[in-house]
Amino acid sequence: MTTNTAQRTRFSDRLSSFGYARPRLRLAGLLSLPMLWLGLAYLAALAALFVSAFWTTDSFTGETVRDWNVDNFVSLFSDGVYRSITFRTLGVAVGVTLIDALIAFPMAYYMARYASVRAQRILVIAILTPLWASYLVKAYAWRTMLAPNGLIGWLLHPFGLDSPGYGVTATLITLSYLWLPYMILPVYAGLGQLPQSLIEASTDLGARGWRTFRSVIFPMVFPSVIAGSIFTFSLSLGDYIAVQIVGGTSQMLGNVVYSNVGAANNLPFAATVATIPVVIILLYLFAVRRTGALDNL
Amino acid sequence: MSVAAETQTIAAQREERPPAIRLHGLRKSFGTARAVAGVDMDIADGEFFAMLGPSGSGKTTILRMIAGFEQPSGGTITLDGKDVTGLAPFQRDVHTVFQDYALFPHMTVLENIAYGLRVRRVPKDERLGRAREALDTVRLGDYADRKPNQLSGGQRQRIALARALVNRPKVLLLDEPLGALDLKLRTAMQLELKQLQREVGITFVFVTHDQEEALTMSDRIAVINEGNIEQIGGPAEIYEAPRTAFVAGFVGTSNLLEPAAAEQIVGERATFSVRPEKIRLHTELATPAAPDEFTAPGVLREVVFTGPSTRYVVELDAGGTLSVLRQNDGATNAEPRRANQKVRLSWACEHNFRIASSTTNESTTGGK
Repeated sequence: MTTNTAQRTRFSDRLSSFGYARPRLRLAGLLSLPMLWLGLAYLAALAALFVSAFWTTDSFTGETVRDWNVDNFVSLFSDGVYRSITFRTLGVAVGVTLIDALIAFPMAYYMARYASVRAQRILVIAILTPLWASYLVKAYAWRTMLAPNGLIGWLLHPFGLDSPGYGVTATLITLSYLWLPYMILPVYAGLGQLPQSLIEASTDLGARGWRTFRSVIFPMVFPSVIAGSIFTFSLSLGDYIAVQIVGGTSQMLGNVVYSNVGAANNLPFAATVATIPVVIILLYLFAVRRTGALDNL
Repeated sequence: MSVAAETQTIAAQREERPPAIRLHGLRKSFGTARAVAGVDMDIADGEFFAMLGPSGSGKTTILRMIAGFEQPSGGTITLDGKDVTGLAPFQRDVHTVFQDYALFPHMTVLENIAYGLRVRRVPKDERLGRAREALDTVRLGDYADRKPNQLSGGQRQRIALARALVNRPKVLLLDEPLGALDLKLRTAMQLELKQLQREVGITFVFVTHDQEEALTMSDRIAVINEGNIEQIGGPAEIYEAPRTAFVAGFVGTSNLLEPAAAEQIVGERATFSVRPEKIRLHTELATPAAPDEFTAPGVLREVVFTGPSTRYVVELDAGGTLSVLRQNDGATNAEPRRANQKVRLSWACEHNFRIASSTTNESTTGGK
């Protein structure tokens, strides 16, 4: 028994020193699985999407025809409906991001600067809890609340207002609610890392609250807001379920993709439409990089 | 005596103008913990004032209350004759140099320095001109467009100074300003700070736990322990004539004569302090003591060579031990000494100081 153990030890020792002397081999061991995933499942799927955007569907048989053309892109850009849907989607994504940033900042500020350690933990859990609930349930909950006789209408009635009903406003509200945690958490983390002495130094040098916020706190936490905005912006850009539930007749790009995959059975056109959010996100990331906000991430 | 004379001159200077800072009955508690327990002191205009104490003594809390970051639980703070106790930091003519420097990392060095002026809506040309001037004062003129993270610790320290001084505050507060620097840089910055203070003529109040730093730089020192002032005085007064056992122990090497031994040697049952370098060591045991001297026989227990000086630890026949420090100047006491040799100590009466024997002070001496 003892010799057996000794031999095994010696073998594992040999294996360890074999690996220790070959850093490239160790790196390969570490990265092979994630690289496989990134390469095959992720990049290959994205490439397939782009390729199929240049194919067409035989309108008679419904089969995908694999000859290269840009017909899909031509019809996408020439049709005014798609243009207005694109702008609506973009507007909703920007709107949701702004609303979330506006709500998340004071919330995160309170958590990071004023709340006790215990209260911070409770609040973080409270913010994460909605993420455990089903997406569909949350969207339908908003549908109920936004209904003509729903909670929102009832709350607004004393002020002489009505529920916004189902449409772009309802989509904005619902998506802002759904993605809010993704904004609060990075901003909270960013504010937590902001040294108290910087705020004190600003106050000490004569700055009042608003000036300190504008010149010190916000610029320092801006990268975190950007990190949050990448979530809220891209998640809003691709959403179609909440839009279907509370959006009424106003569609977004996701719905166009969905109906082309399903009812219209035009996969190549769906792929073409799907490239729009990808391009927008790339432009967005490029713009963000220009501001230098990604340097500190 | 020179110590008394020094104290008198400073006192006389203080009569002329209202004090830059006056603290009256200043208290601060955090929950049930008492950080500052009723502090009264005046800091004269143009003075380089140090608050010296161990960590947790409440010295930084006092500084933060003067700056306005903490609200006192009781008492008042007067700046230049004006009560500022309830005012926000931005309403006080006081600036702080923070321990971590607190430079704004997203701004250039010049923008950092100009920040206080920008906040005060000083026109851009004047603002940048004055910022450049301040940058030249700390001799970092070439670094205007760098970001703080491209600077060394000593450079950041100087930028923090320039940023605080460019607004010409009434008082500059420095929280352990040299704490993060290495020894060599610290020594250089001590002299530089002192020189800068003389140039600008602004009252400097700085907090430190380093007794040497406090002695080197300050006009006056307040030794602080457990939220109380143990003693205020010039560096020489604090060092030569410590009034409490805590001061004797915290500033310099503690060298105490316990009551039992003091009764035989001094003729009074109390605790006394003698600085080690004031004591002379004799091998001829029979020589009678001069009339203005105290003398005590003992046994040499340890000889520690430390380069420029040698430290001797002597166990007194009357009880307790005293340290003796001799310069290795090659002239006096050149003969080598062996451990366990019988020796005799002597020191002038004027270097023998009675220590206030309150129980709290007794207990804190051990903490040093």
